Amino acid sequence: MSRIVGIDLGTTNSLVAYTDGRIPKVIADADGRALLPSIVAFTPDGVLVGESARRQLARNPSRTIYSVKRFMGRGYEDVRDELRHFPFEILPSAEVVRIRVGDREVTPPEVSAHVLRTLKSRAETFFGETVEQAVITVPAYFNDSQRQATKDAGRIAGLDVLRIVNEPTAASLAYGLQNLAQGVIAVYDLGGGTFDISILRVKDGVFEVLATNGNTHLGGDDFDRALVEWLRADIEGAHGTDLAKDPEAMQELRLGAEAAKCRLSFEERTTLTIPFDTFTYRREIARVDVERLVGALVEATLGPCKMALKDAGLAPAQVDEVVLVGGSTRVPLVRRRVEELFGKTPHSQLNPDEVVALGAAVQAQILAGGITDMLLLDVTPLSLGLETLGGIVSVLIPRNTTIPTMAKEFFTTSADGQTTVDMHVLQGERELVRDNRSLARFDLAGITPMPAGMPKIEVTFLIDANGILQVHAKELRTGQAASIEVKPTYGLTDAEVARMVEDSFTHAEADVNARLLIETQTEANTVMNHVRRALTQGADLVSAPERLRIDEALRALEEARRGTDRDVIRERTIDLNRATERLAEALMDTALKDALASKRAEKILEQQ
Amino acid sequence: MNDYFAVFGLPRKLQVDLDALQGRFYELSRQHHPDFHQMAGPGEQAAALERSALINRAYRALRDPLARVEYLITLEEGRETREGAAVKPQVPMDLLEEMLEVQESLEAAKSGGLDEASRSGLAEARQSLVMRQAAGEAAIVARFGEWDRMTDAGGDTKSLLSWLKQALATRAYLRTVIGDLSDALGEDQDAHVSHRRH
Repeated sequence: MSRIVGIDLGTTNSLVAYTDGRIPKVIADADGRALLPSIVAFTPDGVLVGESARRQLARNPSRTIYSVKRFMGRGYEDVRDELRHFPFEILPSAEVVRIRVGDREVTPPEVSAHVLRTLKSRAETFFGETVEQAVITVPAYFNDSQRQATKDAGRIAGLDVLRIVNEPTAASLAYGLQNLAQGVIAVYDLGGGTFDISILRVKDGVFEVLATNGNTHLGGDDFDRALVEWLRADIEGAHGTDLAKDPEAMQELRLGAEAAKCRLSFEERTTLTIPFDTFTYRREIARVDVERLVGALVEATLGPCKMALKDAGLAPAQVDEVVLVGGSTRVPLVRRRVEELFGKTPHSQLNPDEVVALGAAVQAQILAGGITDMLLLDVTPLSLGLETLGGIVSVLIPRNTTIPTMAKEFFTTSADGQTTVDMHVLQGERELVRDNRSLARFDLAGITPMPAGMPKIEVTFLIDANGILQVHAKELRTGQAASIEVKPTYGLTDAEVARMVEDSFTHAEADVNARLLIETQTEANTVMNHVRRALTQGADLVSAPERLRIDEALRALEEARRGTDRDVIRERTIDLNRATERLAEALMDTALKDALASKRAEKILEQQ
Repeated sequence: MNDYFAVFGLPRKLQVDLDALQGRFYELSRQHHPDFHQMAGPGEQAAALERSALINRAYRALRDPLARVEYLITLEEGRETREGAAVKPQVPMDLLEEMLEVQESLEAAKSGGLDEASRSGLAEARQSLVMRQAAGEAAIVARFGEWDRMTDAGGDTKSLLSWLKQALATRAYLRTVIGDLSDALGEDQDAHVSHRRH
């Protein structure tokens, strides 16, 4: 049986983990780093992922995509307000978000697929075998489109996503496995871009989620933005320069602010120094400055906590333990406010950056049959409903219902001979259609023509263990399965994903070609340098016609090297090697003679 | 076997031992949850999914006393409807006049905002409805034993059934009004949705 890995596909960083027996472990890269920055750069020489993409972010801001998780399963209208914070271009569209990189357009699942592919190959290197199955985590408050987009990303990366698991629940599995949490636990998960709160009951190995709530657009990124905006205004005042017009400088500032924020979680004050082209910005920042800037954002996490408690039917005092997950929970203000709300000290024995990936690996092991005494019962975070007359939503499956779950609804026709019925499925807690999230429109087709009101179509809405909706329909009079065409509002169709899977192979090939070309060019350079050095060292060892041949071969290789044809470069390199064979021998001879001469000299010296 | 009581091997009764129900729920979940059938064929996976969905729905309906009685009524009446739809909201007769007043103030609030006086009036109305709601729910649960004894003895449950239906209809109505009031007062926007829906 092939391995199933657990992947935390984060806003800021991503990780891959596996379970060794019962012990989950993260897999580090060749340099020993577990965290892979979720950054993808599209450069003329190919795609860079992770640390190498981050290093060139300030130089190549328009083609370096970060925090793409904020765009997963979203429409242009959803994200329009925050586009000014990003240096890359998002194209206006009525549907799924598209990002322009050079002359190419990519969707968020495609960008995420690059991160997943890097983690996949990291795991493959580690195991020495192919890895094709994964459990991937998502914020608990992700809606259907966002979950589907994550699954699509996996498919594009060549992974069979066996399960989508909620991040806070994954974390609880990692804690629960080591008996670090029992009873009623609250998992407060504040990551780079998303916030989740989940309340669980852990009993007899069953992890039953009672309620969940959150905000998929609230996280450390927002802390950074508040800090960046404050610093930008400060720089404008002190140096008279508005960096907002300079994307490169803004990225330098963002990275500097992010680093300062992290330092201030452990120190009371820190000094920020950023060298810009014309001046160097330096200032001292105190922890209280940051707390003042992010106070309202931290406050915004408390409402969802109270809602989740209410949905679980619990008072804060009934929570036995509070667990902190996500890098942003290192901020002391966050810890303080959480402690005040629940009236107990939250803990984070397991590394908050790694615990979600570890939990994903535990879930992978459960699916593989390697762990049989633990069971996760999760819930759907948002109510699922249908549009009815007057733009009102009628709820089919209330939020915080344990999944898998299903609901049945009956439909009929309103006109004689009508053969299709359309449905509009929504997710959200509001009464009116327009205030909720449109998931998809379904066309029920192929209804046998009958007088109005005669057909009786039973539609089953099933939310699977991934929190993803499946719809089936059956005409009860004929017993025929009706066909359903799904038009996801903010998602990719199956055909689109299939095309992207294909594209990814083409691009993967292009990326490999780009790398091979660079290698060939580098080798040609090395050979040319050697030859030039040999020509100066052994100028007296070559005849005039031989010299002419070598110069000709050198010129030919130089020309080929400027092109992109790998085969031609390699041929010219071989030609140059041949042309210099005799010179190399001659040089070797001289070198040998010299060596022998010095050996003899040594002997003479020894004998004396 | 779609009867939620039968799913847990329970008799069709209103009084349920919640600890035993939870234990049975965990036990059935361990048998049927898709996690434990991941490596099986597609047919078995689909069956586990459906079975697990039924167990979850059944647990949800039975663990909460009011959802339980609503479900039992749908069984008694032989109607398959979706959650909570068995009972049509109905305005309680003794509150008719008061409710008309509340509705008027709500309309006024919707069209033109609230002044301090009508605001505190609405808040007061909401508070008293919340209390009435709690009392009504307690009264429903208080008759569970009576129902169970009657069905055991093979007695005529008709009048109790209609009393329960009436009480649930009132509850459904009150829930809507309390929700509207909370909306109008703008306090804790989702407070009314956050009561578990049944």
